[in-house]
Amino acid sequence: MTHNRGSRDDVAPGDAAVVRMSRVNKRFGRLHVLKNIDLNVARGECIVVFGPSGSGKSTLIRCINGLETFESGSITVNGIPVSHALGTIRDVRRTVGMVFQQFNLFPHMSVLENCTAAPTMVNGLSAREAAERAGAVLERVRIADQAHKLPSELSGGQQQRVAIARALCMQPSVLLFDEPTSALDPEMVKEVLDVMHELAEGGTTMVCVTHEMGFARSVATRMVFIDHGVILQEDSPKDLFANPKSVRIERFLEQILTH
Amino acid sequence: MAVERSTMPVLPPAPPSRSRVLVKGLFGSVTNTAITLAILAVLAVILPELFRWAVLDSLWAPASPQSCIQGDGACWAFIQDKARLILFGRYPPAEHWRPILAMALWMGAIAVSADWRQWGRRHWPRFLLVLWAAVLLVDAVLMAGGAFGLREVPLEMWSGLPLTIMIATFGLSSAFVLSIFLALGRRSRLPVVRWLSIGYIEIIRGVPLISILFMAAVVLPIILPPDLVIDKIVRAQVAFFLFFAAYMAETIRGGLQSIPKGQYEAADALAMSYWQSMRRIIVPQALRVTVPSMVNIFISAFKDTSLVVIISMHDLLGTTNAATNDPVWLGVYVEAYVFTALIYLVFCFMMSWYSQRLEVHIKTGRR
Repeated sequence: MTHNRGSRDDVAPGDAAVVRMSRVNKRFGRLHVLKNIDLNVARGECIVVFGPSGSGKSTLIRCINGLETFESGSITVNGIPVSHALGTIRDVRRTVGMVFQQFNLFPHMSVLENCTAAPTMVNGLSAREAAERAGAVLERVRIADQAHKLPSELSGGQQQRVAIARALCMQPSVLLFDEPTSALDPEMVKEVLDVMHELAEGGTTMVCVTHEMGFARSVATRMVFIDHGVILQEDSPKDLFANPKSVRIERFLEQILTH
Repeated sequence: MAVERSTMPVLPPAPPSRSRVLVKGLFGSVTNTAITLAILAVLAVILPELFRWAVLDSLWAPASPQSCIQGDGACWAFIQDKARLILFGRYPPAEHWRPILAMALWMGAIAVSADWRQWGRRHWPRFLLVLWAAVLLVDAVLMAGGAFGLREVPLEMWSGLPLTIMIATFGLSSAFVLSIFLALGRRSRLPVVRWLSIGYIEIIRGVPLISILFMAAVVLPIILPPDLVIDKIVRAQVAFFLFFAAYMAETIRGGLQSIPKGQYEAADALAMSYWQSMRRIIVPQALRVTVPSMVNIFISAFKDTSLVVIISMHDLLGTTNAATNDPVWLGVYVEAYVFTALIYLVFCFMMSWYSQRLEVHIKTGRR
């Protein structure tokens, strides 16, 4: 397994945490979704967050770029606090990319425009610079030949790869994946996972909410199991699969691995 | 055929021929047959009479007013005599080439702006802005005169079709822009903005257009300081602008509501500001959804410009009324309204045709 993460061995873990979450609490009304979450993501790490549905895993990563607010605790990205009140939220979002379950591509724009819209508007790139960058990124996710199509003309797997490209075009320091393969037909899951695999091996810092245990086993530097808003275990895939610390994790793993 | 079938094995069954469908629709059941016969009976009564009136017994120039009034058919001689009055009203007849040229330029600019094939081009909005500025300037000079050796024509004399087209274009385009902001305002997170938008929309929608026009024409001069004289055309223009903005805003709000939450989140996640995401992501999608209902508003608003007649302005309907008041042709008026109705019909038909083409383009094309 080490050979899969080889490129990341020269990055000292723990050094230069990109994301720091400390004692984060989040409620939806009376429902306490996140309870005292502490989680640091170091540069170059690929963290897989998993757990039963309704456990708060999506909410957790959506707090990192401020799509969800939280009541107490603190989150910083590259030292910038995630805060609507301080007005730093857009600074955070500039460096945090996100890939959604439902892709959320802009349907009225071509693939290329999807990738160039934010870099030109938000980062002030010229149209040419943005197009060059998008071209290179689309090449990387192997979809450059579709650059002038509309999202609706692509398959689900292709759309999700475009969504990854769109996020990468902002050159984020961390990439969040919110169940990126859950809305895909089974035969398209692989092409998306392959791209994610390559990104992880290339040293992209990633936080992925996913139940793809094969992916987790081969590229995750750490796995985080969350249930009822609490992180129950945080370990390397090897240790987590070998020694689940609670019955709940054991049962959950059994269910998704045997299904 | 055989080759086609072998390459495309899953062809749907061939659609029945058009005439088959027609016959089945008209006479397929007892009810259908009864309705068809009833409609045919009504048409059999109306059409020959209409044909007789409009064609067989119609009188053309140089028929005299007397023979027209005694005659039993349509008096097209009256239209031949009054067409220019209906189209241009009080505008001096010797200068009619000026409003004709002005309208041609105006319609040309509308046609260029409406061409969706160009919308994606770079600098196109800037080009349109320059184009319209130029057209407005040239048209203003053409219509008003007083420069380049053109005879001066005061604003009160602008009437007929040019006035209708002008009020409609200005009123509707500016109302359209305002309505986008009203619709966004109504969904704003800022309470003051939201309540102002809601208040505006609800109040204006709750008031008849006629009363707003009356207020613009009668009340405004009373409440404004006496030395601030705003022309009646401008006041009517503003009344239309304010009124239709409220209606369009509700249509656009419907479009905004149909945009999935994921689109907002994707724009947010890419660090776009509120205005960036509205301008590039949300509003363009909302407008696509609202094309059919928007055109519906445009068509009814275009016809509603004829309400300026009641504040004694001479738009197309006003000049039609004026034409029917000529003592020489007294008693002839139906033809004038038929003529005017046809003009309205042509314009509304063009809008409808355009919107259908645009819808198809939006569904199938890019951008």
